[in-house]
Amino acid sequence: MIGRILLAAVAAGLIAGAFVSGAQMLKVVPLIYAAEAYETPATTEAHSHSHDAAAAESGHNHDHDTAAWAPEDGVERITYTALTNIVLGAGFALLIAAGMTLRGRATDWRQGLIWGASGFLAFSLLPALGLPPELPGMAAADLTGRQIWWAMTVAASAGGLALIAFGSNWALRFLGAALLIIPHIVGAPHPDEFSTGGVPAELAAQFVATSLVTAGVFWLLLGALTGHFIGRGLQTD
Amino acid sequence: MEQTKHTQATLPLTFQQRIAATLAAALLGTFLVYGVGIANSDTMHNAAHDGRHAFAFPCH
Repeated sequence: MIGRILLAAVAAGLIAGAFVSGAQMLKVVPLIYAAEAYETPATTEAHSHSHDAAAAESGHNHDHDTAAWAPEDGVERITYTALTNIVLGAGFALLIAAGMTLRGRATDWRQGLIWGASGFLAFSLLPALGLPPELPGMAAADLTGRQIWWAMTVAASAGGLALIAFGSNWALRFLGAALLIIPHIVGAPHPDEFSTGGVPAELAAQFVATSLVTAGVFWLLLGALTGHFIGRGLQTD
Repeated sequence: MEQTKHTQATLPLTFQQRIAATLAAALLGTFLVYGVGIANSDTMHNAAHDGRHAFAFPCH
């Protein structure tokens, strides 16, 4: 029984991940490649000077400043990106499945759409309010600080949405709304000085819009598929 | 009316099955999302680089 639920989520992640890979290849990845053309060793160095040494060391090392393995540009890099999307899709679908089983209500693709939309809010849209999607080369605060803020915001947003949707009284719903707002009052870590690192502002703006729209479509598809597969998988018993 | 009836139906799982499925899915899901989106290893970062940027994970 548990196996069927996990399998349903993995299948949904596989399909949605493959789909979003196609969409990214068309609209999102070309912007990343274009930004990398502006990312010179000089800007990378300038970036690392303004923050602490640990961040600099684990900083951008895609191709020029360390010997760490990286996929070759071309088919290999595209394959790893698609693989990333599929694993991420499976991971997100499992989290949706955990929410659905905890809730315990029967589910179908329509229910799944609402779960997917909530996942988009919690994992993409609300964190983007503090940390907008960034292109390689743009100045940013210390990585660990941003990751912690991101994870806390995702957790608070998911918990907040659940309290608003499932809370049995208004006090719980108000608490949920507060959880949505608090991370943005605290505020995300930002660099002392903003800089696009030479990346044109138009490119950065285009990237924010396209990556969020692509993520939104991905989450809706992922939610609908997860709801459908879990509903069907448990029905046959 | 039919819609209301449908959404109020429950999953055909016992309480223990629900809790076990929730824990298994949540742990595995967190593990995958953490590994792909957050893990600081250079190799993981480089492999997942474009996907991390596209999903707006904080990345380098």
